[in-house]
Amino acid sequence: MAANPMSQFDVYRIGPEIKVGAFDISFTNASLFMILSTVSILLIFNLGSKKNSILPNKIQLLAELSYTFISKMISDTAGSKAKPYFAFIFSLFMFVLFCNMFGMIPYTFTVTSHIIVTFVLAAFIFIGVTVIGFIKHGFGYLKLFVPSGVPAVLLPLIVVIEIISYLSRPISLSVRLFANMMAGHTMMKVFGGFVISLGIVGGWLPLSFSVALTGLEILVAFLQAYVFAILTCIYLNDALNLHH
Amino acid sequence: MVKKIYFQSIFFSFFFIKEAFTAESGGMPQLNPEFWVSQIFWLILTFGIMYLVLSKLILPKISNNLESRKSQILENIEAAEKQREDSDAKLKEYDEIISKSKLEANSIFNQAREKVLKDIGAKREVLDKQIDNEIAEAEKEIDALRKNAPDKINKIAIETSSELLQKLIGAEVNNSSISAIVDDLSKRNGDKYYGN
Repeated sequence: MAANPMSQFDVYRIGPEIKVGAFDISFTNASLFMILSTVSILLIFNLGSKKNSILPNKIQLLAELSYTFISKMISDTAGSKAKPYFAFIFSLFMFVLFCNMFGMIPYTFTVTSHIIVTFVLAAFIFIGVTVIGFIKHGFGYLKLFVPSGVPAVLLPLIVVIEIISYLSRPISLSVRLFANMMAGHTMMKVFGGFVISLGIVGGWLPLSFSVALTGLEILVAFLQAYVFAILTCIYLNDALNLHH
Repeated sequence: MVKKIYFQSIFFSFFFIKEAFTAESGGMPQLNPEFWVSQIFWLILTFGIMYLVLSKLILPKISNNLESRKSQILENIEAAEKQREDSDAKLKEYDEIISKSKLEANSIFNQAREKVLKDIGAKREVLDKQIDNEIAEAEKEIDALRKNAPDKINKIAIETSSELLQKLIGAEVNNSSISAIVDDLSKRNGDKYYGN
């Protein structure tokens, strides 16, 4: 089992099987790490917002830096109209970031390395953004598919391309995160396996690769959370400020 | 050498992955739908709770904290600015006082100097006048003396010559003739003695 680099993505039941109707909603290792991530997020930000001192302590600084970082990201990409969605994008970024980071601890499970999780998040964002777009602009939101300044001859083609690109948003968004996490963790597992199989003589090279990959993967974990959040902001910007 | 091992390792990794895919339950666990519903359920549950707690409780508090800190910092900056202005005003006042007192000291000094100079001038005038008077008196005296001198000398000369003649010749000579001679002589020689 340990030699198989894909076995780290196995989901297994913890505790009894729970069934609601035809659906199996048993508590699994994925659920465990979702809960761990959310609980640590809530803990950190609760601690970081408890005291209000002029000179913030470390945890307060962390919370406030994250707050300003994300609020700046949102106002930069989606403008001031996106303010009501700040809490959602903040939660999204933190959730993805913490799931990614928890995955970097050995023997843990990476929630975001499962396509179904990322896809549900992306689909929710896609549907939500579309609904917001239609509420804000009515059927005028369909103008998103008709870019201005395109010759009339090319228009049918462009509209089709735009619609396809719009519809592929949830897929690209979810697959980007899932594939990044899965590929990175598989690579690390493979190099880790080489350390054992090449032994004391040749194991040093894959070990050094593993160390370097760990650093890279921590970067990727942050970067993918950031990309996920900023793409959400960009989609939201399309829905809020329709000027295509 | 390193390159070779690196490429070999990559090759092996693909080999291992392929082996894993074929060996165990056929492929990626992600594509096994057994726990999809469970994952969706727990995702919605945890994410929903987290979103609610963050948006209703924690994020407003953080934003409040940031706002209050910002306003407090602004207040402090304002207070500091005010104090700086105050101290600037005080400094100006101090400078003014210093310059004023300097001017005052200068004027006092000038006054004192003027007074002293005036005193000196007055005293000098008095002294000058005195000296002038004395000089004038002395000059008058000298003039008087000078004016009297030829007469006296003439007189002495006349008396002396008359006595001389008397003793030498034994005859009394008329004083008036002698005086005429002396006058003539003294007139002739006066220029030589007095220079006037």
